[in-house]
Parts: sequence; structure tokens; C-alpha cells
Amino acid sequence: MNIVVTVKLVPDLVEELVINASGTALDMTATRLKLNECDDHAIEQAVLLQERGAGQVTIIAPDVEGVDDALYTAAAKGTVRLIKLTRRWDSASNHALARVFANAVEVLQLRPELILTGVQAHNDLDGTVGPILAEHLGMPYVGYVSSVKISGSDQVTVRKEYPGGLLAEMQVTLPAVLGIQAADKPPRYVPISKIRQTMKTATIETFPAAELEPGGAVAVSRMFQPEIGARATMLEGDADQVGARLIEIFKEQSVL
Amino acid sequence: MDTMPAPTPSFTDKFYANLRQLPNGERIKSCLQCGMCSSVCPFGFVMDYPPSRMVAALRADIFDRVVKTDTVWMCISCYACTEVCPARIPLTAVLMSRAKEELLLAGKVPAELQIALENSQRYGNVLGQSPRKRADWAKGIRPPVAVMGKDKKETDVLWFVGDYASYHPRVQLTTRALARILDALGVDFGILGADEVSDGDSQRLAGERGLFETLAEKNGQALRKYKFNRILTTDPHAYNALKNEYPALGISYPVQHHTQFLAERLDQLKPLLKQPAKVTVAFHDPCYLGRANNVYEEPRALLKAIPGLELVEMSHNHATGLCCGGGGGGMWMEGFHWEKAHARTSEWRVREAVAAGADTLAVACPYEPPRFEDAAKGIKEAIGLAVADVAKLLADSMVVE
Repeated sequence: MNIVVTVKLVPDLVEELVINASGTALDMTATRLKLNECDDHAIEQAVLLQERGAGQVTIIAPDVEGVDDALYTAAAKGTVRLIKLTRRWDSASNHALARVFANAVEVLQLRPELILTGVQAHNDLDGTVGPILAEHLGMPYVGYVSSVKISGSDQVTVRKEYPGGLLAEMQVTLPAVLGIQAADKPPRYVPISKIRQTMKTATIETFPAAELEPGGAVAVSRMFQPEIGARATMLEGDADQVGARLIEIFKEQSVL
Repeated sequence: MDTMPAPTPSFTDKFYANLRQLPNGERIKSCLQCGMCSSVCPFGFVMDYPPSRMVAALRADIFDRVVKTDTVWMCISCYACTEVCPARIPLTAVLMSRAKEELLLAGKVPAELQIALENSQRYGNVLGQSPRKRADWAKGIRPPVAVMGKDKKETDVLWFVGDYASYHPRVQLTTRALARILDALGVDFGILGADEVSDGDSQRLAGERGLFETLAEKNGQALRKYKFNRILTTDPHAYNALKNEYPALGISYPVQHHTQFLAERLDQLKPLLKQPAKVTVAFHDPCYLGRANNVYEEPRALLKAIPGLELVEMSHNHATGLCCGGGGGGMWMEGFHWEKAHARTSEWRVREAVAAGADTLAVACPYEPPRFEDAAKGIKEAIGLAVADVAKLLADSMVVE
């Protein structure tokens, strides 16, 4: 079984976010990228399936800063084929990204029975990648998946999470795209020695990405840091002053 | 005569052979099985294989059983076992760390530890903070703390600040106190700022040798860019790494812990200590200052120089000092340790401080202020026990005209 995992790198929220001069997007020169958390789970799920004898795993990612580290770390978890999509990636909407992923899958003739991708990312502005990718490839899509088991030559059993704490188990006939919320097990730790070994042995293939078509994306008119609302009071001062004022306020409001 | 085919080496054979190649690893052969290591180990009582039993498992060719347990993670690398071993076996640095490495390679890592190691990989600090903010603790300090590369390229003292001293709000009190003392003493110093990463020593002792080497290389590259005469640090773990581990990686500089550095300048410092402190202080020997590096008297000499301060000793002191629980990855496995042991060494320690008649527990390691303060909150007789680094106590007593 061919398993393809499409992943993207997203702004690392540990660093301060800076808005660009035009005020419509992040300043990417000041932004550090990291693998999207749900995509990390998608990789883990694929490696778990591979370890259970499911077949060959291919990971596809846009060629942005930090992509090599992310791909080698993934390869250190299990034997996988690594492909990065080369082009200038200033910003790509999920619609554009999904088209590029679909194009790579078709042109490279990856013939996946199963495509796994993170169900969401914190920078999704125009829907999520999974369903759009499924539409382009003419495959069904199941999202919010938290477990995948192979249950037949062309079938998997997935567990899908619904709001309100409900779970559903369903049979999915392949090929299909799954939006992974969480892998069967949390993503494993990879010791640096293993990553270093992988860097020596694994290769990252490159594939020129198709044109980024803007269709379907949203137009951002203004991007800004949260502003202080009319009903918010900001407390100034050092920790002791702020603490003392907080206690006063709690007393005024009869909370204390 | 027929030669016997060479037997396939067992897991134990391979592991044992590897241990013997490590510094002083061959001494494991001279283990007497006296069991002192296991009885002195603060968490020996919950380990499936405390150190002496581990050696027995090596000899019995059943070490694969050891790495199937997870209580190896109870080791807090405090050097208590190494200190008492009559055969001078490097139990902490070699046996326990290699056993942890095997668990790590097999993917048996407590979730809390995994987060700390991933943070170290990605951000260069275990706290997962922005590397760009590493020098933010120095904001507002006058005169400004010089950042190497930005403010100067040459300095007398290169201050290696370390993770907790840089980022942890509670530990920053110590860091700022030392900056004040250095300024008062007229020391020419600079910090690496965003170029500095975690010293990696506790990650090494938690079995992540590769991560330690990566971090050490980054620090080595940063240090090689500048000219300085010595390295100073408030962190005994950084001190241990820089003094005993980095030289083998080609990174070799004279290094001092701040208590050594200040004790050397006691004549200059003493006249500044004018504000009396009416406190009874017990000094907690950090494992990586005391047992691992035999520095015991300098912090005590500094404390005695503070007017009005009375120094008392706890039942465990000097080489028998009781670990705060933070070493060898323990700093990042509080939940795991509680689950296994339902005990915290930091709680035993604050009880000892109170029993010794102390109202203040003096420390000299960045792991300790938050650990002991937290422990004191939950121990009835220790509520109100003050915890402060030697540098903070000195700075509080200092009057500079």
C-alpha cells in the first residue's frame, strides 16, 4: 500500500509575530517556521501503519526554511521517501497548496491508496488542505481522525472525533484522504544521533511545484495584533502592584 | 581440534563492551557487590534495578531485562552512588547514563522528558522559550550588560548564563544579583546573548548524548568568535560541562562557578557587605558543585562574610548533600517521579533545613530556588523558609556608595 503524507510548515508561535509593512500578512523574514502539529501526527500515523506492515510511506512538503530538519526527523522514525516541492513560497493559501500537492501526486505517479494530512493548522484561513486535496484527486475525505487501522486490502477502519465527546468508528474504502487529528500514539522522540545518521543516508528529492493559483483563497484586508477592547482594563506596574490591584478588583466584584 | 564457532554476542555482551570503552568503564569489573550505591541512592527504593543490581544483571547476562523497566528514569544523576563506591566505578556518568540512552533509543521516554529534549533540539533551551529572548533578563540593568558581538569582541570574563538563569523568572533574581555584584567589583564581563544555547549536561545525563554534543558544538562555535580570559557561570551543570566534558570535544577554557570567582575576590567584596542579615542559613551543596567537582568551602566562605549571618549545617552536608531532585533530567520528570515514588527529595531537604534551625536555605544552582520554594509550600514546618542563591544574599547585603 502506498501512503502519502502531505505536510506544511507554519509560523512558530514561540517567536513574536510581526505584521508586514502592508499590514495584510505576517512578515515572513521575521518568522520561524515549524512542522504543523497535526501534520506531525499524520507522519506518526503513517510510520505506525508502515511498522504494522502497511507499505511504503512518502512525505511531501513545500521547500521552505526548516523543511530539511522536518523531513530528516520524519525519516529517522521510519524508512520513508522524502520529496520537497521547490519554488518561491512567499505565502500560499491552502487552496493553492492543495492544488500543488495534487499535481505532485499525479505527475510523480505516486498512486497512493491512502493520503494522510493534518486535519488543521493555526494558519488555515481558507479551509483546510485535506478536503480540497481530496476534491482534486477525486477521493473521499474523512477528517478529525484519531486512529487508523488497516482492515482489508482496500479498506481502513478509522476513528473520527465529533464535537461533544462523541466518537465514530467507520470503514473507509480506499483510496481516500484522511485528516489526522491525532495518531494512535503521540509522535515519538527521535534521538539526535538517529537524525544525524539519517542525514547521511537519506536523500530528499526535489520536484518543481506547479504555479500557485490564487483561486478560492480569501483576500486579507487587514491583519493586526489583538487590540484592547473597550471593556478591558490593563493593569500596569510590577508583579506586586498588579497583584495588589487584582485582589482589590476581586474584592470589589465580590469574588474574594 | 575443532574450533567452536564464536557465539553471537548477547545484548548484555554488546552493552558491557561499550561501557568498558567509556572513561573508567572497565572499573565495573571490580564491583564488590557491596550495595552501598543502591542504599545511598535517594530513589533506590523504587528502582527495579538500582546500580548494584544493574551490575549484577550485567554479570548474569540479563541486562536486556534492565532496559525493559522504566525505573532507570528515577536516577537523578546526583553522584551519591559514585561518591560512596569503594571501587570508584563511574556509576552516574557511565552506567546510569548509558542505560538511559538505551531506553531513549528504544523510544521509552517519559512524555515530560520528551518535551524538554525536543525544546533543547529546536530552541536551544529546555524551557521552549524564544532563543531571541535569551538576554531579555538583562533589560533595564544599568550599566547595561555587554552582549558579545554586539557591544564588544573582547572581554576579561565571559559569563555563560545558562537556560534557567536566563529564562526562569524566579532564577533571574539570582542572575540580576550577580550582574550587580560584578558591576560593583568592576569586573569586565560580557554574555553571549542569543548565540548561547543550553550547556546540555543534564540532557547528556538523561541519556541524550547526541543532543549534548550538538549543543556543545553550537556553544563552541559561539565561544570561538570572541577573546576572553575565563568563563564564569552560576550554573553548576554548565560548569561541569565546560570543565569536564567540553574539552574532549575541543572546547577548552578555564571556567569558574560564581561562588569560586567571588570567593577569590572576597577581600574586595567584604567591605561592600554592610547591610546586616539577621538570618540563620543552611547551605545546600549542589550535586554538580559538590560531589561532582569538590567545591564545598567557597560558598560557605562567602556566606560567612555577610554580617549577622549565622551558618548552620543540615544532617546531609558536603559530600553527603541530598539532591534537590532536578539532576539527570529529573528537572523535567517531576510528574513521572511523583507517580513512581510519591516522594520528592526537595521536600526531604526543606525539612532538613528547618530541623537544622535555618530560616533561610542558601543555594548555588539555578534548579534549586524554584524546586525548594515549591517544596516548602507543601511542608507545614517549612512554610516561611526563605530560599536564596548565595549571590542574591550577597547582593542584598551589599551597599555601594
